[in-house]
Amino acid sequence: MTANKVDWRERYLQLQNEAQNRCIQAYYQEVIVDGSRPISEVPLVALDFETTGLNYGSDDIVSVGLIPFDSRRIYCRDSQHWLVKPQQKLAEESIVIHGITHSELTHAPDFSEIITPLLNALKGKVIVVHFAPIERHFLYQALKARLGEGLEFAVIDTLELERRALKARQGLIGRLFNTKLDSVRLANSRTRYSLPAYQNHNALNDALATAELLQAQLAHHYRQDTPLGNLWI
Amino acid sequence: MQAEHVDIASFLSEHAPFDDLPEDALNHIACQVEVSYYRGQTTIHEYGDDISDLYVIRSGSVETYRRDGDLDNRLTVGGIFGQMGLLMNRKVRYPAKALEDTLLYCINIDIFTEYCDKYEAFADYFEANGTVRLHQAIIEQADSNDLTTAKVKSLLHRDVVTVAKDASIQYVAQVMTDESVSSVLVTDIDKPISDDPEDDDGQVVGIITDRDLRSKVLAQGLDYGTSAQQIMQTDLVLLDSNAYVFEAVLAMLRDNIHHLPVVVKKKPIGVISLSDILRYESQSSLLLVRGILAQPSVEDLAYYARQLPNVFVRMVNEDANSHMIGTAMAVIGRTFKQRLLTLAEEQLGPPPVPYCFIALGSMARDEQLIVTDQDNAIILDNSFDEDKHDDYFQKLADLVCDGLALCGYKYCDGEIMASFKKWRLTREQWQQQFAGWIAEPKPQALLNSAIFFDLDGVHGKVKWAQELQRFIAKEGRNNKRFLANMAANARNRTPPLGFFKDFVLEHNGQHKRSMNLKRRGTAPLSDVIRVHALAVGSRKQNSFERLEDIIDAKLLPEGKAQDLRDALEYIAMVRIRHQAWQIEQLNEQPDNDLEPHLLSPFEQRNLKEAFAILDKAQNFLKFKYSANSGIK
Repeated sequence: MTANKVDWRERYLQLQNEAQNRCIQAYYQEVIVDGSRPISEVPLVALDFETTGLNYGSDDIVSVGLIPFDSRRIYCRDSQHWLVKPQQKLAEESIVIHGITHSELTHAPDFSEIITPLLNALKGKVIVVHFAPIERHFLYQALKARLGEGLEFAVIDTLELERRALKARQGLIGRLFNTKLDSVRLANSRTRYSLPAYQNHNALNDALATAELLQAQLAHHYRQDTPLGNLWI
Repeated sequence: MQAEHVDIASFLSEHAPFDDLPEDALNHIACQVEVSYYRGQTTIHEYGDDISDLYVIRSGSVETYRRDGDLDNRLTVGGIFGQMGLLMNRKVRYPAKALEDTLLYCINIDIFTEYCDKYEAFADYFEANGTVRLHQAIIEQADSNDLTTAKVKSLLHRDVVTVAKDASIQYVAQVMTDESVSSVLVTDIDKPISDDPEDDDGQVVGIITDRDLRSKVLAQGLDYGTSAQQIMQTDLVLLDSNAYVFEAVLAMLRDNIHHLPVVVKKKPIGVISLSDILRYESQSSLLLVRGILAQPSVEDLAYYARQLPNVFVRMVNEDANSHMIGTAMAVIGRTFKQRLLTLAEEQLGPPPVPYCFIALGSMARDEQLIVTDQDNAIILDNSFDEDKHDDYFQKLADLVCDGLALCGYKYCDGEIMASFKKWRLTREQWQQQFAGWIAEPKPQALLNSAIFFDLDGVHGKVKWAQELQRFIAKEGRNNKRFLANMAANARNRTPPLGFFKDFVLEHNGQHKRSMNLKRRGTAPLSDVIRVHALAVGSRKQNSFERLEDIIDAKLLPEGKAQDLRDALEYIAMVRIRHQAWQIEQLNEQPDNDLEPHLLSPFEQRNLKEAFAILDKAQNFLKFKYSANSGIK
């Protein structure tokens, strides 16, 4: 739950003024600030990180996947996928989850080397993620550690949209009796829209899965002209 | 770094024509696709829209349509569409709609043409697919061509077109032109809508066809401002949407009409025309029905009837199910009656008062097989005067019943035939008769009247038969004592379960004993189903359709009605195959007596299971409809 809604137009104007780093400045210059734009006209980019753990203070990003899309089409040809060398050693359990091995990561670049292409790919689009805190905090920390300043950005969080949809379905009675909501995990949410189950869980595939989920959510719960401001947080 | 889409590539590699592509070509195409989600029941593209992609269905299902609105293809996971538009002029040829929530992979035309140039197998797929699809279409057409198996609703391709009764006929003609239809239904918005949804007729009061505009308007020089109701035909012949195309043909031939409103319950959902049917015409079945109606005398009819067993065997060999065979046989039986009645009316002159000839029992239920008694009766107009009119109807009934006997429909042992005076009653008398049966305090008294609770109008004022059906449905429903009596009777004929026990014990193969599949199988099952149908006020006559109403009403515990359906279908099919086998292999008179040792152990087990379901269902009746307990 977002206690107080961010006014992104105002926040972005402020961030544009405060930004010092060239890359960060460039990002803010092209950022979409107008929350009244209909969602069908907004360029979007689905973003997913795989990390060594959930603690953004001590864990690191090991891969980044992104895929540009809009409410109609997802553009695989413009998708990107990077492995990055974590500053820490990989924990055993995350190896299993991500299917990424030590040797693959040994040859991977440091995150600093992908900052420019990453921010270029995100520029001018609204970022879409499933469960916003991960990408928000990890990207902020990774940039802060390397550039001395972080990045703040509006996101459309498909998990949040799913929670809203389930709450709407739950109704007043359900809320009063506090019935348990169905799972809002990515795979479970996708099942509700008859989206296929994916075998591989890498950052790129999860970004694609998130993009598909948002298209499905928009098709089922929103109009083409729903203002962006109703969706981003 | 070019991102790899492993999941997309591996999906494509499992479906033609991508499965033949080299790995790098596959990976390249996987990285180039665009993905698009469509919610179920939404349009993907319309005829004539620009198209620049080939579509592959990743999940869900899609229907494509021809220009005339006919279904072209139904595609599921791995299905491909859009190629026709790409190959022609980049305009959509076959509009597409997502049937379910669907995820599509879109492959740009540039890659499509590049791959067609580079990879022969890929190109061949789209070339060859044209002929494969055509072949498929011919096969499908051959299937749907069969009038005995296609249902009327499969011919309906557009919504019903209606006009208000006070619309001018010029407006009517305009609507018909704009909508490209040869008939419209006329509605009366002041007509009260029935409280009973079973009786909702959509306020339809008539029909106007091209022919009416010609013969009633142009030929007579009527003013264009004349209202629709002045030229409409009000005597509507309706057809249930579940009727077979076969029956539509019959109705059209019989009444010399070219348009039949198709109804769900009473409400029209469309109109089928003769031309709709001609496209689906199947020579053999149509010829048979036409042949019956063309026979000039009772003797000719009797001779003609000799080919009936062959028609029956052909249907069995074509794998028709028991519902289709039962319906077809009943339709044929009905046609014989109708032809005999027409011949009788020609001989005796027009009837002095209106009447309705009704079929009872298995024919009314559309469950008639090749061996059957004739069970019938007559409903007379209330103005019937015994002294003045009875002589006519006695002669009429005799001609029909004797004629039926000549055609192979045996006289009814129970004397339930229109030739007996007691079964020629007026509308009022029939209602009293049924009211009396329903109020009957003892099951024994009801025993022989169960057959009357399956009735269907065959000729004349068939509306009166529907009136009686409605009366029975209303009076029988929730009438505890009546249902208890019917239930008691439905338990009289038990399944031959003991037979199987003996059968298993005896190994010497000396089985002279046989079981009657009708008396101890299908008939008691129909009895059980009838009781439940009466309890839920169903007006259906066919056991399978009654079961649908019973399922809808949630009368029985989950799955029980489905079990009954399976048991009935199984026993009926064993009975049907047994008869077909007698006709075809033994060249003998078919009967209902099966010697179980002729069945394989597998068939025996299934049959025994079906009888066990009947046994349980009969026990359940006892508990459900005892006169002392509530309905629940």
